Amino acid sequence: MLSAGIDVGSMATKAVIFDGTIRSAAIIPTGWNPKEAGRSVFLEALNKAGLQEKDISIIVGTGYGRVSLPFIDKKVTEITCHAKGARFLFPQTKTVIDIGGQDSKVISVSDDGTVADFIMNDKCAAGTGRFLQVMTGILDITLDELGQLASNSKPVSINSMCTVFAESEIIGLLAQEVPKEAIASGIVQTIANKMLSLASKIPLREEVTFSGGVANNPEICQILSSAFKLKFNISTQPQIVGALGAAIVGFEKFRLA
Amino acid sequence: MEADLLCEFENLRSNSIAEIQAAKAEGRKVVGKYCIYTPTELVMAAGAIPLPLCSTKQDPISVAEKVLPRNLCPLIKSSYGFAASGACPYFNISDLLIAETTCDGKKKMYELLAELKPLHLLQLPQTQDMNALEYWHSEITKLKDRLEKDFSVTITEQNLREAIHLLNEERRSLKDLQDITKHKPSPISGLDLLTILYNRGFSIDKEATIQRVDRLTLKLKELSNQGVSPFKTNTPRILLTGVPVGIGCHKVVQIIEENGGNVVCFESCGGYKGVCDQVDEEKEPLLAIAEKYLATPCSCMSPNNTRFELVQRLIEEFKVDGVVDLTWQACHTYNIESYSLKKYLQERKTVPFLQIETDYSESDIEQLKVRIEAFLEIISVT
Repeated sequence: MLSAGIDVGSMATKAVIFDGTIRSAAIIPTGWNPKEAGRSVFLEALNKAGLQEKDISIIVGTGYGRVSLPFIDKKVTEITCHAKGARFLFPQTKTVIDIGGQDSKVISVSDDGTVADFIMNDKCAAGTGRFLQVMTGILDITLDELGQLASNSKPVSINSMCTVFAESEIIGLLAQEVPKEAIASGIVQTIANKMLSLASKIPLREEVTFSGGVANNPEICQILSSAFKLKFNISTQPQIVGALGAAIVGFEKFRLA
Repeated sequence: MEADLLCEFENLRSNSIAEIQAAKAEGRKVVGKYCIYTPTELVMAAGAIPLPLCSTKQDPISVAEKVLPRNLCPLIKSSYGFAASGACPYFNISDLLIAETTCDGKKKMYELLAELKPLHLLQLPQTQDMNALEYWHSEITKLKDRLEKDFSVTITEQNLREAIHLLNEERRSLKDLQDITKHKPSPISGLDLLTILYNRGFSIDKEATIQRVDRLTLKLKELSNQGVSPFKTNTPRILLTGVPVGIGCHKVVQIIEENGGNVVCFESCGGYKGVCDQVDEEKEPLLAIAEKYLATPCSCMSPNNTRFELVQRLIEEFKVDGVVDLTWQACHTYNIESYSLKKYLQERKTVPFLQIETDYSESDIEQLKVRIEAFLEIISVT
C-alpha cells in the first residue's frame, strides 16, 4: 500500500511517497500558484519512485495551501503532520521545532506520539524563514553564506523582532560600519531568541527534532542548538518532515479503514 | 435549526430602531451601556430603555485610531469609533451613557466619550470582598440619584422590585436557552446561539423577548428529543471563554464550527457569565443588585478565582472536550489571566486548552485556521 503526503508551504512545496518507508521525496518552490505547485511536486515524487498516480491509495495534504489541492483525500494541519513525521524519523522525539517560510512553531509530543500542545508565531514574520530571507537580501548574501558568516563572529545586538524594523536597524548598523559577520550573527541570534521565547510557553522535553527549511543550514542549527543548550535531531531532508507526516497519517488511516 | 425560528431573532435587531424611536417620541428615555457590570435594573426601574453599545464591528476602528492609540483592544476602539463617527443609531438615540471603571483602556476611553454625551461613571471596585460591596452599593445608590435627577423620575422600591423580577426572568430564560446545548449532540450551533444572544439585547420589549426565547428553547428541546442536530455525537464540544464576543467579531466561533467543532458554551459576558446568578428578590433591592453585579467573574477583578471555578464547572456540565480562551490584542487582563486559567485547568487534568490572541480584523484568518484545526485534531485523537 502506498500513500502520498503533500505539504504546500508559503515558500516550498514538498511531497513524500510512503509505503512504511520513504519511497521518494520531492521539493519545489511554491511560486504564485499553490494548486499547480502541489500537482507538480506530486508528479515529480511519483516519477522519482517510478510510480503512477493510480498506484497511490490515499493522498493527504497539509501546509497553508492544503485547501487549494483538489485531488487530495484528506487534509491535516502541519502541526499534526510535523509531530508524525518527526516521530517516524526520530522515535524518541518529544518536542518539534519547525521554522518554515511564514510560520514557526514548537510542538510538544506526548509519549504516545500524539500532539500534547503547540505554539505558533503570531501573524508577523518575526522568527520565520521569511525574516532570514529579507535580512540576507540587505546583506546581499545567500542563506548558506549567512550561516557561514554568522558562525565566525560574536553577534551584534539586534533588538527588533519585527522584520520591517529589524531591516532599518540593520541598515543603521551597516552605516556605522559594523562588520557583516557580526550583523549576520546578530540576525541568527534574533531567530534563536524568538524561538526560545516561543518555546518557553510549553514544556520543552528531549529529544528535540528541528525541521523546516532553515534546518538545512548547519551553522544556523549550531547557533540555535547552543542557544537552547540542547542537541537537536536533524534529518538529512528537514524540509520534508511535514509531507512525510501527512503521508504517514494517510498510510495509517488507510490501513485502519 | 429551523430558519423561521432564527429569523424572528434576526428581525429583532433591525426592527428595534423604529420601536425605540416611537418610544422616545412618547417621552421614554434611552440609556446606553457598555458592560454586564451595569445594574440594568435601575435603568428599567427609572422607566428608561437600556441598550447595549459595546461594539463588535471592525469598521469604526479606523475612526477611533484618529484619537486612540493603535495598540489598544479592538472592543474599546470599536465602541469609541462607533460613537465618535456618528454611525451608531443606538448611540445617537441614547440620552445617557452608563459606564464602569473596569479595565484601564475602557475607563480612559470613557473620559473621551463623556465629551460626546452625558455619561455616568460607576467606580467599580476591583475585588469582591465586603468593603468592596459596601463601596459598590454606594456607587449604585449614586446612580439611582443620577437617573432620578436626569430623567425627573422617582425610583420607588416597588419599581426596583418589579425590575429585579423581570430581569431575573430574562436571565432565567437566557440560561435555559444556553443549557439546551448540554444535550449531546447540541440541537443548535454556537454561531446561531451567539446570534440570538446578541440580537435579543436590542429588543425593548423584555416580556415579549423572554416569551420568544422560551418558545425557542422549547422548540430546541423537541428537536433534541427527536434526535435532530447539525452535529454528531463525536463532534468536539468547545467551551469559549475570555473576552466578550458578538456578531461582527465572531470569526473564532465560525472557524471552530466550519472545521468540525461545536461551541456549546460561551462563558464570556454575553453568554453564561451574566445569567448564571440571579438578584436576590428577598433582600433590600439596591444591596441585592450590588451583590449580584459585583460577583461577576471578569478579569478586571483581582483575584478572579470564581472565573476559574465557573469554567471548571461548565466543562463538566456541558461535557466539554476543549477550552478556547479568546483574548483581544492589548486586553491585558484576560491576556495575563490566560496563563493562570491554563495552569488551573492543567492541574485538574481537565481538557485541552488553546489561547487565541487576535483582533476584529480578518488579517489572521489563515493562521487561526491552522491553530484551531490542529486543536480540533488533538481533541479528536484523545
